Amino acid sequence: MKSDTPSFELRGVGQARAGRTVLEDVSAAIPRHVMTVLSGPSGGGKTSLLRLLNRLDDPVRGDILYDDRPIAEYTVTELRRRIALVFQTPVMFPGTVSDNLAVAAELAGVQDGQFDELAREVMLLAELDPSLLERPGGELSVGQKQRVNLARALMTSPEVLLLDEPTSALDPETAGALMKTIGSLSENGQLTIIVATHRVAETEQYAHHALVLRDGRLVENRDSQATTENERNR
Amino acid sequence: MNGTAEMQRIDVLDQPILNLTWIDLTVAVGLVLIAIGISRWHRTGLARSFAVGAIRTVLQLTIIGYLLVYIFAIDQWYLVVGALLLMLVIASKAAVDRQDSKRAGLFGITGVALLVGSGLTLIYVSVMVVHVDPWYNPRYLIPLFGMILGNAMNAAALAADRLAGEMETRRDEIEAYLALGASSVRAAQEPVRRALRAALIPTLNSLMVVGIVSLPGMMTGQIIAGSDPLVAIRYQIVVMFTLASAVALAAVIVVLGFRRTFFTDAEQLRPKDG
Repeated sequence: MKSDTPSFELRGVGQARAGRTVLEDVSAAIPRHVMTVLSGPSGGGKTSLLRLLNRLDDPVRGDILYDDRPIAEYTVTELRRRIALVFQTPVMFPGTVSDNLAVAAELAGVQDGQFDELAREVMLLAELDPSLLERPGGELSVGQKQRVNLARALMTSPEVLLLDEPTSALDPETAGALMKTIGSLSENGQLTIIVATHRVAETEQYAHHALVLRDGRLVENRDSQATTENERNR
Repeated sequence: MNGTAEMQRIDVLDQPILNLTWIDLTVAVGLVLIAIGISRWHRTGLARSFAVGAIRTVLQLTIIGYLLVYIFAIDQWYLVVGALLLMLVIASKAAVDRQDSKRAGLFGITGVALLVGSGLTLIYVSVMVVHVDPWYNPRYLIPLFGMILGNAMNAAALAADRLAGEMETRRDEIEAYLALGASSVRAAQEPVRRALRAALIPTLNSLMVVGIVSLPGMMTGQIIAGSDPLVAIRYQIVVMFTLASAVALAAVIVVLGFRRTFFTDAEQLRPKDG
């Protein structure tokens, strides 16, 4: 797939939850192999949009294309391995950090012989000390859990990484460090990253593209520098 | 079941069966009054329910007693099968009525679970173990099915209730599995495991303590009715094994069938009670 074709294309996407409209007529192209920041006030529809891209939900209206194909045409489990989603609140599976990575490795079909090397690699990518691999997940700090969730998502070697408010539960220093890690992931030029956040300033130096959602509507869709200036001035 | 050495023991127990009159039963009401009295004393709010329960016990058992007399007297296979099916429908409804979760399809899933779980084990035990003759002999089939069904019903209700609870409390974990590309089967593995454990542990416990802590109703009933205790324990052993099978089958069918209702065809977790 050429890098100038968008990763995702949204065409008139609408979504409702519990009878309430949460996204309305959203149309946008999300560029490939760069970081896109998805911002806007709480309840604006950021999480709902990310869930549609990973197909945890389906839209009530409109079409979503990934690599020029409607996402409903992909096998859903296959699609989710290619488009990984990291939730706002980190979720640890039972067992150690290694057990958590092993779940993703099993789903991605990683060979047993390759697991140790890959686990170490994703731990380093998520800027976690590989010595934590044998630590029970429940003993980690929230920041470490969020990084383990990031490492676990990377185990499936995704093409797209969706991050839902990854820093919202973290103090500013830890949040800044995590965003730096995410920024460095986008700089290798292989990964499409979409970060939903209300802390736009944290992402400005890494994001290439920006979308702003308010009350379920897309109110801005432009290059990130311009958008951050605009957001700041509000 | 008819070894001669064991049969001789019946002579030891060759005593007349003590029949209970309606007057005896009236005296027994005093025992329920104790429970009602304690409930009122501590204002548990259960006194009235105890009274209603006692009346229902008398009415229901009286009706079933006369019904059994009728079915035994007519001795026709279709009456026996009809009675078994009626028991099945009532048990399925009772299991579903105990659920907080009112998901569509639970009645059908429970019905299939109880039919397969109880039905298969009843056929196995009546044909292969007890050698019931004729095959529909109501004196054996109806009490056996009643015991099997009662236990399977409890297991099905426990399993469904626990599964619904686990699916709700573990929503985030289940979605985290799905988001990684896990199938719904993989994502719900832990809730399924816990629901099955919850359903199977009471039966496992009863296998562990039977004869030590508890003497089962059927066995005591047989002994009071004049059977040799060694015959009664053999029946009880068969019943215990039968219950283990019926409970496991009913629980696994309910859990696997019910699990499907929590997910869409696109492996998405449905909203609560959606």
